[in-house]
Amino acid sequence: MAASVVAENIFKTYKGSDVPALGGVSITIERGQVYGLLGPNGAGKTTLIRVLATLLKPDSGQAMVEGLDVVVDPIGVRTKIGLGGQYAAVDEFLTGRENVEMVGRLYNLSKAESRSRADEVLERIDLVDAADRPVRTYSGGMRRRLDLAASLVGRPEVLFLDEPTTGIDPRSRVDIWELIEDLVSGGTTLLLTTQYLEEADFLADTIGVIDRGLLIAEGTSDDLKQTIGGVVIELHVPVDDRDRATVILREMVDSEPMFDAERELLVIPATDGSQSLIEVVRAMDTASVPIMDIQLHKPTLDDVFLSLTGHIAEPSLPDADATSEVAR
Amino acid sequence: MTATTQRVHKGRVTPQQTIKDMLILTKRNLMRIIRMPQLLIFATVQPVMFLLLFTFVFGGAIAGPFGDYIDFLIPGILVNTVVFGATNTATGLTEDLAAGVIDRFRSLPMARSAVLAGRTLADFVRSIAVNTLMILVGLLIGFRPATVQGLLAGLLLALFFGYSMSWVFAVIGLVGRTPEAAQSASFLLVFPFVFASSVFVPVETMPSWLQVFAENQPVSVIATTVRGLTLGVEALPSGKTLTGMVLLSIVWIVGIFAVAAPLGVRYYRRIFS
Repeated sequence: MAASVVAENIFKTYKGSDVPALGGVSITIERGQVYGLLGPNGAGKTTLIRVLATLLKPDSGQAMVEGLDVVVDPIGVRTKIGLGGQYAAVDEFLTGRENVEMVGRLYNLSKAESRSRADEVLERIDLVDAADRPVRTYSGGMRRRLDLAASLVGRPEVLFLDEPTTGIDPRSRVDIWELIEDLVSGGTTLLLTTQYLEEADFLADTIGVIDRGLLIAEGTSDDLKQTIGGVVIELHVPVDDRDRATVILREMVDSEPMFDAERELLVIPATDGSQSLIEVVRAMDTASVPIMDIQLHKPTLDDVFLSLTGHIAEPSLPDADATSEVAR
Repeated sequence: MTATTQRVHKGRVTPQQTIKDMLILTKRNLMRIIRMPQLLIFATVQPVMFLLLFTFVFGGAIAGPFGDYIDFLIPGILVNTVVFGATNTATGLTEDLAAGVIDRFRSLPMARSAVLAGRTLADFVRSIAVNTLMILVGLLIGFRPATVQGLLAGLLLALFFGYSMSWVFAVIGLVGRTPEAAQSASFLLVFPFVFASSVFVPVETMPSWLQVFAENQPVSVIATTVRGLTLGVEALPSGKTLTGMVLLSIVWIVGIFAVAAPLGVRYYRRIFS
């Protein structure tokens, strides 16, 4: 396999900011691989995509897409990439078909080619029925699908998707995941950014975790889950009973239970899923330890962060972040 | 890396592609206007309203030495319309920026200049439509140009001035970044230039300190020249020749374009650095 996307030590600080948006990020994506860049708002995900998609010049470092340098040969790079997702908008006042055809023409396809190619991608994303309606009548999920179509019309070798499901309802989210999975199954290299661990888990071969402009972990979904311990049981008991509960849990899992001081929760890995949950409830009941709350907890981005950085993924207003990154 | 050699472009955009891209984006911008009828209605209602209000409210009071006020007013209205029309360049650009449409364009192997050129050309076409309507309404309520050639020459001059001004508003849009900021900044610029001018009234009626500005600022120069072209040389203030005014107008149009266009391109690039 050959490398399709290579970023080496990319630095970028926005004007008027003293904190680097990217503080020396390196990633390599093999051809045909799906790479998920996972991180909270403001971590630098969008900035990295913008650098790789030739929208933003890095302060230093080198980025190559399909062997072409993004700074030296931006036009060359643009013939090989498709950009979609959160900020790469479609035109509200054109129809779906007009949008896709226009993008095709701008990829230098002939009129006839863009027309047939538009039919092809609209069919693939299942938007044929709505194709001749103005986009402003589309639902959020339909817009995202059209956005995907537009990013695919030029048959890109490398696809960049910036938070492809942020802001759409969970049901459509799964549809879009399946669509993306299908669209890149032909060997397209995909770099996607996301705030959702599940999304990276579903789509990505390799996940990179990014925080404050630095890549803090990289590996397969399983690698990452091992770092954070997979599914856990969170148990809340009265303060006076905490020591007793800790002893019981220690015997059950053969290791020291973690204690989340902020939320006053005892945390142990749930090796057998809900069976483990039942066992904990039984053990506590037998020992007469009152349970105030207990639940099975699937790992989230927060857990990844907590375990990797010791701090929780800092929530920031998505809108504020979006406008500040775009406006720059 | 053999797969990378099959492409035709080799990282360059040919002049033919540049023209094609400009036309595609011009068409796209015009489609937006057509699909968003309220834009076109506002664009036409405002100048028609100005035209009717000024004709019937001030017409009696401002009748000039060369005929009815409507004859004086129409050339001014043509210039007023292109200047207000040019502010659309600022709002259109900022809307595209905010929506992320420009990000998509920038990720495509298209000519960099096509975004700004497509925008300003579409606004140019739009001004042709609105000004044609102004002339038709004017003719209905009594406007009588001296010659058809003169009227067409005046119309062309106004349109080219509008095109130059589009680039000024492109700069304002790219500096302002948001549609709201761009719009307020545009109007701040437009109002003094349109009203402290010879667009609606002869500048001789203004206080002398204001006359200095009102007579020499570009909107007045163009309005007065369009008036001279449309109505004949007697419509010019004493001491001005038609040739002199046309030359002065061309200097302003070219000068504004020569400053604003490179500045616009520079700010456009700077957004992404």
